[in-house]
Amino acid sequence: MPTMNMIQAINSALDVMLERDPDVLLFGEDIGYFGGVFRVTDGLQAKYGKNRCFDTPIAEGGIIGAAIGMGAYGLRPVAEIQFVDYILPAYDQLVSEAARLRYRSGGEFWAPITVRSPYGGGIFGGQTHSQSPEALFAHVVGLKTVIPSNPYDAKGLLISCIEDDDPVIFMEPKRIYNGPFNGKHDEALKNWAGDPSADVPEGHYTVPLGKAAIAREGKDATVLAYGTMVHVAKAGIEDSGVDAELIDLRSIVPLDIETIVASVAKTGRCVILHEATRFAGFGGELSALIQERCFWALKAPIARVAGWDTPYPHAFELDYLPGPGRLAAALVKVMED
Amino acid sequence: MAKPASSRSRKPAAGTAAPAPADHNRERPADPKPYQASKEELLEFYKQMLLIRRFEERAGQLYGLGLIGGFCHLYIGQEAVAVGIQSALTPGKDSVITGYRDHGHMLAYGIDPKVIMAELTGREAGISRGKGGSMHMFSVEHKFYGGHGIVGAQVSLGTGLAFGHKYSEDGGVCVAYFGDGAANQGQVYESFNMAALWGLPIIYVIENNQYAMGTSVHRSSSEDRFYLRGESFRIPGIQVDGMDVLACRGATEEALAWIHAGKGPIILEMKTYRYRGHSMSDPAKYRSRDEVQTMRETSDPIEGIKKALADAGIKEDELKSIDAEIRKVVSEAADFAETSPEPVAGELYTDVLVEQY
Ligand SMILES: Cc1ncc(C[n+]2csc(CCOP(=O)(O)OP(=O)(O)O)c2C)c(N)n1
Ligand SMILES: [Mg+2]
Repeated sequence: MPTMNMIQAINSALDVMLERDPDVLLFGEDIGYFGGVFRVTDGLQAKYGKNRCFDTPIAEGGIIGAAIGMGAYGLRPVAEIQFVDYILPAYDQLVSEAARLRYRSGGEFWAPITVRSPYGGGIFGGQTHSQSPEALFAHVVGLKTVIPSNPYDAKGLLISCIEDDDPVIFMEPKRIYNGPFNGKHDEALKNWAGDPSADVPEGHYTVPLGKAAIAREGKDATVLAYGTMVHVAKAGIEDSGVDAELIDLRSIVPLDIETIVASVAKTGRCVILHEATRFAGFGGELSALIQERCFWALKAPIARVAGWDTPYPHAFELDYLPGPGRLAAALVKVMED
Repeated sequence: MAKPASSRSRKPAAGTAAPAPADHNRERPADPKPYQASKEELLEFYKQMLLIRRFEERAGQLYGLGLIGGFCHLYIGQEAVAVGIQSALTPGKDSVITGYRDHGHMLAYGIDPKVIMAELTGREAGISRGKGGSMHMFSVEHKFYGGHGIVGAQVSLGTGLAFGHKYSEDGGVCVAYFGDGAANQGQVYESFNMAALWGLPIIYVIENNQYAMGTSVHRSSSEDRFYLRGESFRIPGIQVDGMDVLACRGATEEALAWIHAGKGPIILEMKTYRYRGHSMSDPAKYRSRDEVQTMRETSDPIEGIKKALADAGIKEDELKSIDAEIRKVVSEAADFAETSPEPVAGELYTDVLVEQY
């Protein structure tokens, strides 16, 4: 089986879907001729032509609006927003059109679009190249939101997203495009090669939406994470010495609440980790759901480790992005609570 | 917003002008003439362009050394645009707003290179106290409204600044810079319409360096003569050689005359070129080395002004001493940016809202 990093795995998913389904189209800023700023679409225009993989002007509202129209007409567009921070000009189209078309047409029309977009911190991108706005999408009824943490899942989930008949936001953790993040910024990136999840089949396969993965089994506490933070969680759990179970959510909406409930019912303790700001972040929803369903099993208050409630700063990135130390401290604390 | 508004009771000046008749021979600005610069002015242009060039080269080096992180967009090649235009403005009266490629515009507005460089390295002494970085810098004193990372956003903000000038009758003009790529954002046209409708004092400067990241103009723009982009809003436009500082200044004079005569917004399309990658991590696979080399050899704005300097009788020695002086200024800025302290952790939580968040 070939070894792939995240970029290659996503490229492979797009390649497979362009090959299988003539209605699949790729477009976005710099993705055609240039192959994308992160090289995710490298080679696809050369292989499938300018009709199927093409450049757009810098016009996010127009890109997503047009994708929705294409989808309603029967195509299966996969649009790239170069950084998820730039999706906001298109937010109106996503909320008022993509997410609502099926409902307001009584099931007559819908937009089977996939919006791929790199998200998250760790590359010193400052305010406009580092954010994690998954809660903005999760809150919108009618949208799905998917966030992979490794190459195998990235490919299988992306294929599921493209085949899905609902609008899906596929957020790509750019910090781990080239290698898993061990949570330590000052160390060089490890290559994905050697990681079992980098063994990626060449052909078509899917990873279902709404199914979490148990990334590490444990009995004393449950850690919930997704994307880049799955890797921080692994390191943090090791450092803490707590025998924690790590659940990689993989999709935020639909959410695999059963897997979460089963784990927390077993461990009685839970720490939620995300890099987005804490207040009204997705961790708040997770925490409420767990409290509703596992209240009598809980042995300690649910803890959240998240980005600080400030705009993403230029100078303080290392303090801002949650690292293994903060997770380990939270784990130790929930064990004492 | 920077300062409290002086008065809320004044009547809005906008919206009162009678609509222009739908004639097809409407008034246009005159063809601009190259600016007739005095010897002192020529020297000043040279100094400023060289300062930007050397500053940006040094920023590139600091980036290579890991002292600057993340995104850093250099202005090398485009110096004549900001220097030519801003030399015609009155700092403290006219306002300037631009995108993320902002170091040159700040230097051309006389902002201290030290505090700019210290912002790039994320230090306490940086002009945004290390919290903004390369793309997000501001100066109240100079009416420099940033430094914006979201492509196209500054065009609408600039339109609001121009409204502010008109409303407060301060005689100022806003210069809103944006790129050929940004010119395709929808909000640009929403802004054009409002500016023309309300007769706002604004120069929309399209810095057409022929690429938006890895995408050339012909792959992104159905109308690549950007100076025509205001036509359906009755905003006239002028195309300018953006590699010639005297042409840039001359066109700005014409634009200012148009605005000061109360004729509303105007567009300047500056044909220019960036020598370096889009940002520091640009594989530059979308254009040939030859193309870049040819531009450098045939159109360089700094080499270009040297001819005018020689004609004005300025000796090579004088230029050499200017070079040395500028190298010193840039070295001092770099030393300052490397050695000044990082912000204290408490700063993370200031400036989120008026009160501590
Ligand atoms: C809304 C938004 N979309 C996309 C980007 C990513 N991006 C940053 S610069 C850039 C190219 C802009 O090109 P242009 O306007 O020509 O300016 P130049 O870089 O040439 O100065 C792109 C696509 C962004 N910062 N903001
Ligand atoms: Mg450009």
